[in-house]
Amino acid sequence: MTLELFSQYLLAGVTYGIIYAIVGIGFNIIYNTTGIINFAQGEFVMLGGMIAISMHQWLPLPLAIVAAVLLVMLIGALVEILFIRWLDRPSVLRMIIITIGISILVREAALHIWGEGVRSLPYFVGNEITTVRIMGARVSPQVLWVIGVCTVMVLALSLFFKYTLQGKKMQACAANRVAATLCGISTKNMVTLSFMLSAGIGALAGCVMSPITYSQYDIGTGLAIKGFTVAILGGLGSSMAAVAAGLLLGLIESFSVSVVPLAFQDAISISLLLAILFLRPHGLFGNKDAADLKEF
Amino acid sequence: MKRHLPLGLLVLAIIGVQLLTRATDTAFYLTPLTMTAYYSLVIVGLCLLMGYAGQISLGHAGFFAIGGYLSAMLTTKNLVPFKDNSLISLCDELGLLVHGQDMFGSAFTHVQPWAACGCAILVTIVVAYAIGIPVLKLKGHYLAMATLGFGIIVYRLALAFPLFGEADGISDVPGFPLLPGLSVSGDFSSRVSNYYLAWGMVALAMWLLVNLIHSRVGRALKAIHGAEGAANATGINTARYKLNTFVISAVLASVAGIFLTHYNGGIGPSEAGIMKSVRYVAIVAIGGMANLWGALTMGALLNIMSLRGMFGSYDDAVFGAILIVIMLFAPQGLLGISLSATFKRILRRGE
Amino acid sequence: MLLEIKNLSRRFGGLQAVSDASFSVRQGMIKAVIGPNGAGKTTLFNLISGTLLPSSGAIHFKGQPIHGLPPYRIARLGMARTYQNIKLYPGMTALENVMVGRHCRSRAGFISGMLSLPWTKKEENASRAAALELLALLDIADLAEVEATSLAFGQQRAVEFARALAMEPELLLLDEPAAGLNIYETAEVARLITKINEQGITVLLVEHDMSLVMDISHEIVVLSFGEKIAEGTPSEIQHNKEVIRIYLGEDDA
Ligand SMILES: Nc1ncnc2c1ncn2[C@@H]1O[C@H](COP(=O)(O)OP(=O)(O)O)[C@@H](O)[C@H]1O
Ligand SMILES: [Mg+2]
Repeated sequence: MTLELFSQYLLAGVTYGIIYAIVGIGFNIIYNTTGIINFAQGEFVMLGGMIAISMHQWLPLPLAIVAAVLLVMLIGALVEILFIRWLDRPSVLRMIIITIGISILVREAALHIWGEGVRSLPYFVGNEITTVRIMGARVSPQVLWVIGVCTVMVLALSLFFKYTLQGKKMQACAANRVAATLCGISTKNMVTLSFMLSAGIGALAGCVMSPITYSQYDIGTGLAIKGFTVAILGGLGSSMAAVAAGLLLGLIESFSVSVVPLAFQDAISISLLLAILFLRPHGLFGNKDAADLKEF
Repeated sequence: MKRHLPLGLLVLAIIGVQLLTRATDTAFYLTPLTMTAYYSLVIVGLCLLMGYAGQISLGHAGFFAIGGYLSAMLTTKNLVPFKDNSLISLCDELGLLVHGQDMFGSAFTHVQPWAACGCAILVTIVVAYAIGIPVLKLKGHYLAMATLGFGIIVYRLALAFPLFGEADGISDVPGFPLLPGLSVSGDFSSRVSNYYLAWGMVALAMWLLVNLIHSRVGRALKAIHGAEGAANATGINTARYKLNTFVISAVLASVAGIFLTHYNGGIGPSEAGIMKSVRYVAIVAIGGMANLWGALTMGALLNIMSLRGMFGSYDDAVFGAILIVIMLFAPQGLLGISLSATFKRILRRGE
Repeated sequence: MLLEIKNLSRRFGGLQAVSDASFSVRQGMIKAVIGPNGAGKTTLFNLISGTLLPSSGAIHFKGQPIHGLPPYRIARLGMARTYQNIKLYPGMTALENVMVGRHCRSRAGFISGMLSLPWTKKEENASRAAALELLALLDIADLAEVEATSLAFGQQRAVEFARALAMEPELLLLDEPAAGLNIYETAEVARLITKINEQGITVLLVEHDMSLVMDISHEIVVLSFGEKIAEGTPSEIQHNKEVIRIYLGEDDA
């Protein structure tokens, strides 16, 4: 393998990997405050891209993206307020079915609004043929945008959780919901906030990736599966591990392109998901004893 | 027997509907009704798994597809080029192959439908055990995701292999001659017999499953659903019971796939899709989870409406919406609320 | 010896819940395990019944090693248990709950169940009769058709007790059978335990009610912070300095 090809694969792997990581973190944020796996997580990413594309007809690109992210955050809040908030200790099965239902509704709504066509945002700089040279590989500058924006998001999130009051409150909910309530933290608002947060990061990822991966009404499910794989791989609930796991999955996928036929590409992440579920359900980096205490 | 009363009603309904279509000259309804029957087989099997054993499966369309695709592939693949293969000639000697001619008059050899059906069921059982052993150790979201993953893999395989027709699926699947004069096929002339065959199978499945849930095994399954640890400590081999239930429901799905494929004369990848699996789960949930008759009723109603195209292009959206509304407001299922409400009303009047 | 426990330990992360405990239970006796809250009594029961795996040590039941066996295999060898926080099967009547206890005493499987073969009906009727008899023994026959988890607390205890007895165990593990019961009900439980013991069932029980323990048990094991600190007859235990210290606190001793 030439150095050029190697760098090409490496950058592709990191690009997709960091997107998977963002989706995985989205799962984790909601899981931590609620104990729910939100099967509609991928739909937030899809909506981000799609709404930004529509907004871009009237607004300049940066404003369109901001508007899309805010709108998707609003949708995330609505989803939580309408479907989750008022349920009294719902069973896991019930939550699985409800979030699946939400994802179907969102997807079908997208289908009726935007149709089946493939769309995309314009490249942030240059166009399809603009390239920059990195480590010998020629890549679109958009790749750098994806990596850059997602990295900033990850850093911002970790600072948010470490240093802001809201972030610490959310961490407290994750550690122990009952105790957090007793300390006067409104867990309900924290849950709404967590939905907004994970909708927002998903939407932003959906915008920056749109020029290179395209947006379509049905990309949510595939992304959700990969994001879930990443979340499990890193150990459910731990966001930094999800970044490592996301990069791992992205790299495995991109380097296997030369070996595994394209038709089976999806099967890689799913096989990885099944393998990890069967062998180490507490994650590659997780601790088994700690995982046993989680609500499953 | 009290528990066989609904079964009697089912048989009456089956006969009644057929007579009605004859009287009103609406025999074209028999086709969607027959297809509905096969989907109902999947649904009642899944109901046993979800409602009684308490294990979700988001991959049951996978088992339906395994049955349908294998049986379709075996009965349409021309084996003439392979006739020197020792395995093929052994099959031939055992009488498992059918020789004939295709539309252009050239020699055409394919696997006998009974053999194909047996083979498909066998593969289903093997796959269900192989998947079930690791998967059923999982719970909650993990179980849901793992079964979903299995479903997607089946879907991808169906799409990836030219042998399975890729995006087009397999067509021109021959009829399945069950008995002299009774063949599973979409022939216009055998519409009535196929209707009775399909719903007869549903009635048989219901009889078996209703017996099962009222037996020692059914009680054990409910116990596992309610408190798995305590069930295990009561001497129930919980892992094996869950596994057997998984396999039974997989076989029901597979049989449905086999028969519907022969009835439709083909199968496409959408039958293996996630939306199908989700739809099966939705119907079981709407019927009230641990309610075989509820699942059957809702399954029949919704499938008929869907197959008649009543939801138009909003088909999936309707299922999604129903799913959410039921899970939000009536997690016991539609029939669950009305029945229990009716019961309470009757009881109150009695006082 | 019916049950032998040797150097049994179980850790939860950094917490040593059961630590190097050894004792044995002779056939036919009533043995009690006592100790302050968090001493590891329930953990000990979970280890014996196979719900938890020991970190180290051995458990022999009827001369056979059972550590590492899944709970259902241990149950089939003739061990039944009740739970401190009652674990009945929701959505099933009291009668059905007890009939589940007959599981290992009956054998209708998937195929015979689906076909509803004649012999399964006979077996089913026998299970039902046995379960009803047990409900009658525990004075709750009239509640047979009520959903078990909607019963009053004491009645739920009784159903769980009946379910354990339905297994016809040789060894019965009772985790705080009198917790939450009033003095009359407690006396009733004591009478019942003695009665089933006289019928030949060996009993190992955890209980906080000292009068109950001292009244009915033949031998007592005392646990504290997972360790066995004393073992003997009720009168020996009552006069054991270490035990008194633990129960009354250092200052009063
Ligand atoms: N599954 C578990 N995980 C972690 N710690 C546990 C678990 N079960 C029990 N413990 C701990 O082990 C100790 C002993 O508990 P337990 O056996 O319930 O005591 P007892 O029944 O004597 O009151 C307690 O400190 C308890 O918190
Ligand atoms: Mg205890």
